[in-house]
Amino acid sequence: MTKRTKIDARGAHCPGPLMELIAGLRLVEKGDEIEILSNDKGSLKDIPVWVQKAGHALANIEELREYYSIVVEKVKT
Amino acid sequence: MCKKIIIIGGGIGGTIVANGLCNILGSEIAERKISISMLSATDKHFYQPGFFYLPFGKFRESNLYRNQKEVLDDRIDFKVDPVKKIDLQDQAITTESGRVHEYDYLVIATGSRIRPDLIPGMRESAHWFYDLDGARRLREALEDFKGGHVVINVNAPHKCPVAPVEVTFMIYSYLKERGLLENSEITYTYPIGRLHGIEPVSNWLEPEFESLGIRSETFFNAKEIVPSKRIIETEEGTSLPYDLLITIPPHSGAQLIEDSNLGVGGWVPTDPQTLLLEGSNNVFVLGDTTNIPISKAGSTAHFEADVIIENLSALVTEGRWAKNYDGKVFCFIEAADEKATYISFNYENPPKVGAPNQMIHWAKIGYNQLYWLSIKGLL
Repeated sequence: MTKRTKIDARGAHCPGPLMELIAGLRLVEKGDEIEILSNDKGSLKDIPVWVQKAGHALANIEELREYYSIVVEKVKT
Repeated sequence: MCKKIIIIGGGIGGTIVANGLCNILGSEIAERKISISMLSATDKHFYQPGFFYLPFGKFRESNLYRNQKEVLDDRIDFKVDPVKKIDLQDQAITTESGRVHEYDYLVIATGSRIRPDLIPGMRESAHWFYDLDGARRLREALEDFKGGHVVINVNAPHKCPVAPVEVTFMIYSYLKERGLLENSEITYTYPIGRLHGIEPVSNWLEPEFESLGIRSETFFNAKEIVPSKRIIETEEGTSLPYDLLITIPPHSGAQLIEDSNLGVGGWVPTDPQTLLLEGSNNVFVLGDTTNIPISKAGSTAHFEADVIIENLSALVTEGRWAKNYDGKVFCFIEAADEKATYISFNYENPPKVGAPNQMIHWAKIGYNQLYWLSIKGLL
């Protein structure tokens, strides 16, 4: 069963939501998902670009009230 | 009845909390209404930012550490006895010696550790400056270096987010001083699509690096180091050759945290405002140990410690909550040619970077000495 871990990176100026995502992916198994919450508009661009480059999968992007929810599936070990 | 406060970890966060509580709770301690204990894995207290200067001959080893007992208030019961297990249910801690300590309030300040073992080949072939042995080995490698390709390779997560930037500038200045710049090349690699996690720092770095001829590669996450070929292979499918490899290894939290089922990766789920372990009202967490998505840095631990001191002392004496943590962080950034700048931010206000100057560099050099007063609560 797919396990989903949530990282609340709202207000994370340093090191930033994408760095939190990369760190979080180290800790989960292949096939698991990370849901990252970010209020940085830049995450809408830099997270999908990195996910594609690193060979993982973007499962969902949702714009919520004052923040974004981005779900990434770990495809590679 | 005497209320027992136990602090696990004698780094910057644990030490400031312990000394700060003594400063406020002096009469309660004298009347034996409150006791403060610290359990640590070591009898030494290291000034960790000093590791970064050591390879460049700009810090003496003897200035890197003090005996932990010397930096603690005499009223603290300090023991070197590594904690093996934290039992939240029974409010008890078991140590390596087999002793069991019960607590009324607990402060977890177990910090983080480098994990070069997580990337194949890194431990055998790369250098770093995040511990004393690593800093010594890097010093030797720099002394032997005659020119070539120096790669500064950043991995996530890591503590002190600006340290990779600083070491890159320091390498530049060091090679320049030794007359090795002309036959050397410096490349800085970073995991995401810009030069730093903090966008204003990244924007500042781009022209700075360009003017100094420092190359950079982004979207660069080391997958494996191949020592026989002197190559870094990346998750993104690229590779980069090196002659001297300086890494910022990925970090984990303490093994004790994982062994006690308190948090994946050794990071403890912590409320960003109260600094209480999630779901708890008597266990505080600070510094690198938390899972709060902010800088893992000494200043973070220091500002968090100030908040915990206020809240813990108010709780044990008056049963009230004093104040919340606002996410405050302050970092000096050493730049090239003995100049420095700084960033300061909190949850609400993002950082801005000013132009480096010599005055801030000397302020940082001064702080390197003032640290020992700072952790005693005298600054």
